[in-house]
Amino acid sequence: MIGNGAVVLSEGAPSLEPLAAATGVFAYLWLLIALPLLGAAVLLVGGRRTNRWGPYLGVLTVSLAAVFAIVLVVSLLGLPADDRAVGQTLFEWVFVGGFTVPAALQLDQLSMVFVLLITIVGALIHVYSLGYMEDDPDRRKFFGFLNLFIAAMLLLVLADNYLLLYVGWEGVGLASYLLIGFWQFKPSAAAAAKKAFIMNRVGDVGLSLAIMLIFITFGTVTFDSVFAAAGEANESTLTWIGLLLLLAACGKSAQFPLQAWLLDAMEGPTPVSALIHAATMVTAGVYLIVRSNPIYDGTAFALTTVVIIGIITMFLGAIIGSAKDDIKKSLAGSTMSQIGYMVMAAGLGPIGYVFAIFHLLTHGVFKANLFLGAGSVIHGMHGEQEMRRYGALRSVMVITWITFMCGYLAIIGIPPFSGFFSKDDIIHAAFEQNIIIGICGVLAAGITGFYMTRMVIMTFFGKPRWPDDAHPHESKPVMTIPLIILGIGSVVTGAALLYWGNIESWLEPVTGIEEKPLAIPTIVLEGITLLIVLIGVSIAIARYRREVPVLAPKGNLLTVAARNSLYDDAINEALVVKPTYVLSDGSIFVDERIIDGTVEGSARLVGGLGARLRRLQSGFARSYALLMVGGAVMVLVILYLARLP
Amino acid sequence: MSVDNYIILACVLFTLGAIGVLVRRNAIVVFMSVELMLNATNLAFVAFARMNGNLDGQVIAFFVMVVAAAEVVVGLAIIVTVYRSRRSASIDEPNLLKY
Repeated sequence: MIGNGAVVLSEGAPSLEPLAAATGVFAYLWLLIALPLLGAAVLLVGGRRTNRWGPYLGVLTVSLAAVFAIVLVVSLLGLPADDRAVGQTLFEWVFVGGFTVPAALQLDQLSMVFVLLITIVGALIHVYSLGYMEDDPDRRKFFGFLNLFIAAMLLLVLADNYLLLYVGWEGVGLASYLLIGFWQFKPSAAAAAKKAFIMNRVGDVGLSLAIMLIFITFGTVTFDSVFAAAGEANESTLTWIGLLLLLAACGKSAQFPLQAWLLDAMEGPTPVSALIHAATMVTAGVYLIVRSNPIYDGTAFALTTVVIIGIITMFLGAIIGSAKDDIKKSLAGSTMSQIGYMVMAAGLGPIGYVFAIFHLLTHGVFKANLFLGAGSVIHGMHGEQEMRRYGALRSVMVITWITFMCGYLAIIGIPPFSGFFSKDDIIHAAFEQNIIIGICGVLAAGITGFYMTRMVIMTFFGKPRWPDDAHPHESKPVMTIPLIILGIGSVVTGAALLYWGNIESWLEPVTGIEEKPLAIPTIVLEGITLLIVLIGVSIAIARYRREVPVLAPKGNLLTVAARNSLYDDAINEALVVKPTYVLSDGSIFVDERIIDGTVEGSARLVGGLGARLRRLQSGFARSYALLMVGGAVMVLVILYLARLP
Repeated sequence: MSVDNYIILACVLFTLGAIGVLVRRNAIVVFMSVELMLNATNLAFVAFARMNGNLDGQVIAFFVMVVAAAEVVVGLAIIVTVYRSRRSASIDEPNLLKY
């Protein structure tokens, strides 16, 4: 079924390099997906028999995939820069008349960086989960779901056409649902899982419509052929495709107006939040937009919409993150905000695509770091997630504290931590495009400084506020070692990717690149950004340096709104849920009263008539005789009358 | 004699029979009234046959007699059975088969 190194050639793609045949090590590309899929199958089908060794198998498959990903990137680096895209057809998947879609994989520069992020961060989180989920009776299932997620996510980024991407897209949605609701005995977790699933469906409708429109317009769904033809398509079609893809991205990446599910998704175990709802799955929307860049290049309107959505979400997430007292929810707000950054960067066009991906990669590392750090704190505090009950934890959790600080400095963008390079590049690109977008980026960076500092102070500094019976402790090495690796990653990823990995020229064949002259020198811009961030940090220090009350103070209007996630649930309720109820009530009325009424009414009419008529059957033979005589007389009378004229 | 007289007689007999069926309660009498009605029609058939000068009506009259004989056999059997179970030959007595 699986053909080694079958050739996939894009048809008539003048602007794009045709995919080279997958030979040598690339012939085993399918192993990347097959390994975690095998793990998931064994763990989920194997049942209780695999309880003892199952989790280790789960870690092993993902680690092997990570090793293989490193082998692949080394081999890819060995190829000339223009030939770094290989394709592999696994089997003919859909063939209906003249329409064929092969299940084909494509490894190019963009997919490669995603594969590295997913497998390496994924493997670290798997190892961490060994410690975090140690006491959970269902941990075999947990690792099975995690493996399933990794397989689906790899399929998403390796697919060479939209239809196969859709399979991966739904696969990660399923894994996300299963993992958010992993502790399904908690009603809140079960509800959160459903909420995430349903809100993602809204985005998925966008994706499926986009794919249909792409097929109608271009007659194919393969990336290469679609992108080669995108230049000639008419602009309004491209705009519609762009907007529908954006809707899909909004659902998956928790962007406005489909952002409400991400905060509730924190009901899942913390490694899930780190892997799915921070590092990988929620960035799939950014991947989709960047991957579809030839479509967006033809439509300024869709690109502008992308920027606006990005900016709105950037602020929304940052404001929510500033007010939440639950450490994971605060981090979730931050994730929303950072993905807003990426979406905004992707909306800038060729200037921004590279930096969107760059920030995505550094964010994947440092946010996983922060989440796992938060998980370590929660683990040490026996499940307590309220930051108001933390405080002064740096003395008892040294490794967690230090690694968390690495992530903290990375996310607020202090040089030379990784976030500095990626976020600064985005702000730089934003200023190149439009000064207002640039200012928004800088302001959001300032708010980031505020909420992250607030989080760090409330958790690790100040006086201990935990109850007497809590005995916070450092986590085991199986949890701290991934933390240390990710902590180092938070420090070096940015510089390494930029200077050593040369990310801009690496991604250029896929995304294109564009430079515009900037009015102010880069160093001044970096200075300004840093200054704004430091102002945010100082405000947080000034506010939370002194006592943090265990019970949340009432707060001003904005704080209350932000604590309630800016009333996103209420807004959704009013705008979507209520009208749906009205519609369904109306339908019920039409169904029960009008349709059922007609049917049941005619039945009652016949029934009632019958009930009266059967009284004629009195049982007296003579009354029947009278009826017969009467009938006969009537017939005679009629015959007589009819004869008259 | 004109055919009118036969027809008038047949009508009178038929009406008497019909009234008998409707007003009498004794099953035997009702039965006799039915026979009266049958014979009234037989009379009409025969009279018309004579008037038209062919045998069609007379043949029909024979058929009616045969059917009447068969009917009597079945009917009397029913009456006897009903009488055995109910000790009465009233036609209003067996009225269980109703709505």
